Amino acid sequence: MKVTRFTNLLMLGLALSFAVAGCKKKPTDLTRLPGARAGHVGDIEPTQPINPDNGLNGMNGVNGNTIPMNDTPGHVGWAENADQFKANTVHFAYDSSVVQTLDKLKVAAVADYLKGNSTAAVKIEGHCDERGTEEYNRSLGERRALAVRETLVALGIDPNRVDTISYGEDRPADPGHDESAWKQNRRGEFILLTPPQ
Amino acid sequence: MKSKAFIIISLLTGSLFRFALPALAQPTEFEINKTITPGNMPPIWVSMSGFTGEAEEVLKFDLYVQGFNFTNSDNAQYLIAGSNNGNLQGRVTDKFNKNALVAKAYSGASLRRQAHAFVDEFVQALGRKGIAQTKIAFKADTGRNSEIFVSDFDGHNAAPVTQDNTIVAAPTWVPGQLAVYYTSYKLGNPNIFYHNLSSGQRQAFSKYSGLNTAAAVSPDGKKVTMILSKSGSPDVYVCDADGGNLKRLTATREDESSPCWSPDGQWICFATKVGERRALCKVSVNGGPAIRIPTSGVLNPTEPEWSPDGKWIAFTAQMGSFEICVVPATGGTVTELVAGEDASWAPNSRTVVFTRRAGGRRVLSLLDVPTKQYKDVSRNSGSNSNNSQPSWAK
Repeated sequence: MKVTRFTNLLMLGLALSFAVAGCKKKPTDLTRLPGARAGHVGDIEPTQPINPDNGLNGMNGVNGNTIPMNDTPGHVGWAENADQFKANTVHFAYDSSVVQTLDKLKVAAVADYLKGNSTAAVKIEGHCDERGTEEYNRSLGERRALAVRETLVALGIDPNRVDTISYGEDRPADPGHDESAWKQNRRGEFILLTPPQ
Repeated sequence: MKSKAFIIISLLTGSLFRFALPALAQPTEFEINKTITPGNMPPIWVSMSGFTGEAEEVLKFDLYVQGFNFTNSDNAQYLIAGSNNGNLQGRVTDKFNKNALVAKAYSGASLRRQAHAFVDEFVQALGRKGIAQTKIAFKADTGRNSEIFVSDFDGHNAAPVTQDNTIVAAPTWVPGQLAVYYTSYKLGNPNIFYHNLSSGQRQAFSKYSGLNTAAAVSPDGKKVTMILSKSGSPDVYVCDADGGNLKRLTATREDESSPCWSPDGQWICFATKVGERRALCKVSVNGGPAIRIPTSGVLNPTEPEWSPDGKWIAFTAQMGSFEICVVPATGGTVTELVAGEDASWAPNSRTVVFTRRAGGRRVLSLLDVPTKQYKDVSRNSGSNSNNSQPSWAK
């Protein structure tokens, strides 16, 4: 793997630069950055099913009405088509993940397509403007994509046919820094997924 | 192995003073107050003489971002004098009792490193933790994509950790180890990776359907908290360092973000919405009700970060622009510090590294919380890149 070799080299360089020790009388309070740790972290699989109601209460009693995903990501290796639903991109109000009334027609058109093409699936990309903090936006973008997914499900689409991905503020549609750019950037885009041939 | 150099201390005149000194007595009228009050403390005045060029720059930067400021010897509390002809030697004298706090000469490594070591010894003589030889990790734009970099705390010696050619974000250190977690879209989905910087090896740590992001490692290194959306909404989870015992800690429809640990490892603080308003909350690592942390006086708090001494939570308020704020860890009156976002505490519980938007770009800056003094770090990772999401190694 090219990447691995590259990172190995980099890390060698890093490790060397870290190897430069401090003074002989070792300061006692310094942050130490020692070498490799013994253990390894494996890919995680849930050891037990997550039960959302297992004593895990939401704030102010707000619970659920969310639609869980498959534990394993679906549609790996499916072909992506970003053009099919270009005209169906939905937009959001500032700091909101509510699908607006007029935009529901666009979502309905996607639902109709999926109903007519039973092997197809869709991925919803959630995006934000730059006015939130970065990780907040990554969560908000996911919340937006999930809100669109919930709209599709309400229209009769199987949730397992709908993937979501959040790009937060990292992939603006308009790189500008004003309201007209931000308006374009608060959005949900549909990517058509078709099974591998 | 030329870099395996050691700084040898030649105890010059310093030895005399060092051994003659009773336990670094401070004049009572200028006692160093270790209880910090955010935002309204005066700097500690020092004078500096004899240093030149890079050594002088390093010393000034290191001291400024730890709450010192510079004046003439008449008005200074501490007199710093020395030289850097090849190697650095320096002495700090307390002007009021004439005691030498530090008197050292250094050799080996780089002049930068010698200057950092000298500053560390000075602040340690004042009973504080030295931070001048610590590391930070951060996200750097490479155009449409971003990668993770690691550098010295002052931005020097930056080196890339990833080369994924996609979005890589949200780096966080494993306490006490040369290892980080971060979020990479490398596999087509935001997944969390564990990356050992010593061996260069990394592994996908969390790759559930939907969002996997914002990992934070517990102070004892045994648990990881993060945001997953596999339930159908972004929620706070915690699991063991090997990925086992995954437990969902929040079950709201809202978009939780940026979980962080209390230093005792008992609480996880995060950002969410309560009744349509953004708020900071904390939840026991064992589960249970989420408890609001009041942040009166500001709006839209996100990106909480608990200070290592447990006393404060730094966070970002958004009220048109971003403000770095601190609030007592139990909640209460907020102190607004400077414009910026995403603060990460240094091990000394007084300096933070944060992101500043300047001239249309994002730059990293170091802020001394008690004095509100801040200075941008050097930008070695590409002059046009945006740097953000800093994490200070602890």
